Amino acid sequence: MALEQMRPVSRRYDEDEHALPTEWVDYYWQTGRKGAPGSLGGATDGFVQVCIQAEELCFGDAGLYLRMPTAALGGSAVSAAGTPEQKERFLRPFRESPHPIWGAMAITEASAGSDSAAIQTSARYDAERDEWVLNGTKIFCTAGEGASQIEGGFVVVWATVDKTLGRGGIKSFVVPAKTPGMKLVGLEKKLGIRASDTATLVFEDCRVASANLLGGRAKAEKKAEPARAGDKGFKGAMATFDASRPIVAAMAVGVGRAALDFLVEELARQGVEIRYDSPPRSQTALERDVIDMQAELQAARLLTWRAASMMNRGRPNSLEASMAKAKAGLVVTKITQKAVELLGPPGYSKKLLVEKWMRDAKINDIYEGTQQINQLIVARRILEYSSSQLR
Amino acid sequence: MIDFEPTEEQALIRDTVAEFARGEIRPRARDADESGKIPEDVLARAHELGLIANGLPEAYGGGGERSALTGALVAEELAHGDLSIALAILAPGLLAYPVADLGSEAQKARLLPALIASPGALGTLALQEPRFDSDPYRPRTQARRTADGWRLDGAKCLVPWPETVRHVLVLASVDETLAGFVVPSEAAGLRATPDAYLGIRALPTAELSLDDVKLPAEARLDGAPDGSARALVARGRVGLAALAVGVASAAFELARDYAKERHAFGAPIATKQAMAFKLADMAIEIDGARLLVWEAAWRLDRGEDATREATLAMQQVRRVALEVTDGAVQVFGGHGYIREYLPELLLRNARGFACFEALSLV
Repeated sequence: MALEQMRPVSRRYDEDEHALPTEWVDYYWQTGRKGAPGSLGGATDGFVQVCIQAEELCFGDAGLYLRMPTAALGGSAVSAAGTPEQKERFLRPFRESPHPIWGAMAITEASAGSDSAAIQTSARYDAERDEWVLNGTKIFCTAGEGASQIEGGFVVVWATVDKTLGRGGIKSFVVPAKTPGMKLVGLEKKLGIRASDTATLVFEDCRVASANLLGGRAKAEKKAEPARAGDKGFKGAMATFDASRPIVAAMAVGVGRAALDFLVEELARQGVEIRYDSPPRSQTALERDVIDMQAELQAARLLTWRAASMMNRGRPNSLEASMAKAKAGLVVTKITQKAVELLGPPGYSKKLLVEKWMRDAKINDIYEGTQQINQLIVARRILEYSSSQLR
Repeated sequence: MIDFEPTEEQALIRDTVAEFARGEIRPRARDADESGKIPEDVLARAHELGLIANGLPEAYGGGGERSALTGALVAEELAHGDLSIALAILAPGLLAYPVADLGSEAQKARLLPALIASPGALGTLALQEPRFDSDPYRPRTQARRTADGWRLDGAKCLVPWPETVRHVLVLASVDETLAGFVVPSEAAGLRATPDAYLGIRALPTAELSLDDVKLPAEARLDGAPDGSARALVARGRVGLAALAVGVASAAFELARDYAKERHAFGAPIATKQAMAFKLADMAIEIDGARLLVWEAAWRLDRGEDATREATLAMQQVRRVALEVTDGAVQVFGGHGYIREYLPELLLRNARGFACFEALSLV
């Protein structure tokens, strides 16, 4: 799938940034998803398998992977924090819809990135109609175009029910595609993963049923005691990351592997063989670089699988998930940059895909928690500090 | 699929060794480094635990339970206590494992029972050579056939050389192929000169010169086809890499605890991101390196060639052990530079992995 369906159109949808890669989307919807993970979201069983598939598909093309019609991070959120009824209601269409649909997650705002507790988008409870009313603007919403515009999909939106409560006031709401008041106002032009749509969504008195509050119907009066409210709130939302970070780490590893495998094959074609059994000081600089890159990539992959395997065992894995994400994001950024260097002029040329992979790789060091935010999470855990002790 | 959790039995062995290392090895580390002596009672206690014997054949008094993964867990915990003492404890295996793997029945019967039974290190290994490109597969030390046996010429260094040593396994080239010879420590033409290094100061080491050392035909370990040499070298690298992870994790834990205790500007220095992120990176790098070691060990236990994986693990730990121990010195600041604290010792030990090479440590 990666080599036959993705690579041939890699360059085209990198160039034609905002076009829908129809042949890939249709292929995935009709054929690919049957053999692929049910969706990015959810499967806690066989989680290592999900990571391996994510790696393989991003080995094909990370941008096209992100454009796959799946519930994606929105699905992860529903799986992690939703009630059984919500899981059924929102995820079933991804099995049954006759046409491709998308899910997405909208967290980031112009002045709230890693500091997701600072979000301004508000949710006001309208008791009369038993609805939540959302107002605010979300940026950097991956797959936000498909998820907001194509019937059957949905966007999970983080909003605060009470700014004075800080993170305790943050809840997540499922907004079905085409809900009045949710508007797609722009698509970003990016360094890489250009086949993936990155949307700006505006919510203007956007109303959703109270049953769409993830985790269950919190009554308005429970606002005062958020910790005991029926929904899982901020913690539930953060739990999404424990599941999504290993997948993003695996995606990163896939991009890194694309560049590294290509490099090794190309070197072999030009007569350079990597000698693993020769003493380090007899190796050429090129050999050492390659061995170093392979060691780094494998370390990132093993950290990723460990975090995923802990998930399978039902173990808390937020430390390990952040470790994997921090390592993988950084490593593939460096590996792809090095691959461009080591291949010489062809590496820099658009005739090959290596320069694209370098652009694609960088996002892994940023989204789903930048390297720095993951370092912060790891640091808090190893030092046993709370978020107020280590800011 | 590689598993990320040791078995119950492996965890039990690891925990036992960890307790031994924390309780009995670590408190002796500084004195051993300063005095250049390995505490005998610690060696005796390690012998009681059967750390080497456990992996050797039952027929000669061993436990018959060879596992590279278990060996890696043990090596890491020992080195977490102290690298010199860990190497001294593992030293008998440097001869015993290759003999068990490559020796004839007669060679095993002659050498193994004493190696297994004695608490002192009767055996050692001469692999490294005093050259920048010292290569375990292609030693410069030459072995030539004579009418009734062999003749060895060459030079070796970084040879663990305890007073108790009786035999040394010398790697040499026979024509273009690699061969191992069991040489009595008293052999004529073999001269051992004590040597000292930047680190591992507690471990007695020697430079060996071999000048027309005459050996009987049966001194050569019989089975040394290339395949098994690769496995032996990989087992050495996995063991060394595990030791390096132990050194790094010791340094990390000291730095972490110190950063939480040391106050500056009215708060523990660990509450500053510059410090906290450094510690986070250390933790991430150590875990990544450890998983590389486990993967290589796991391959060995499945009987697969692990040359590439062992090399990747070594490449990674060389960097990680150095960066983490250097980081620990930095976290300790001026206190990291003085010999009252352990980080400087750990940094000196960690640099050694740039040149250490071994056979069959696990």
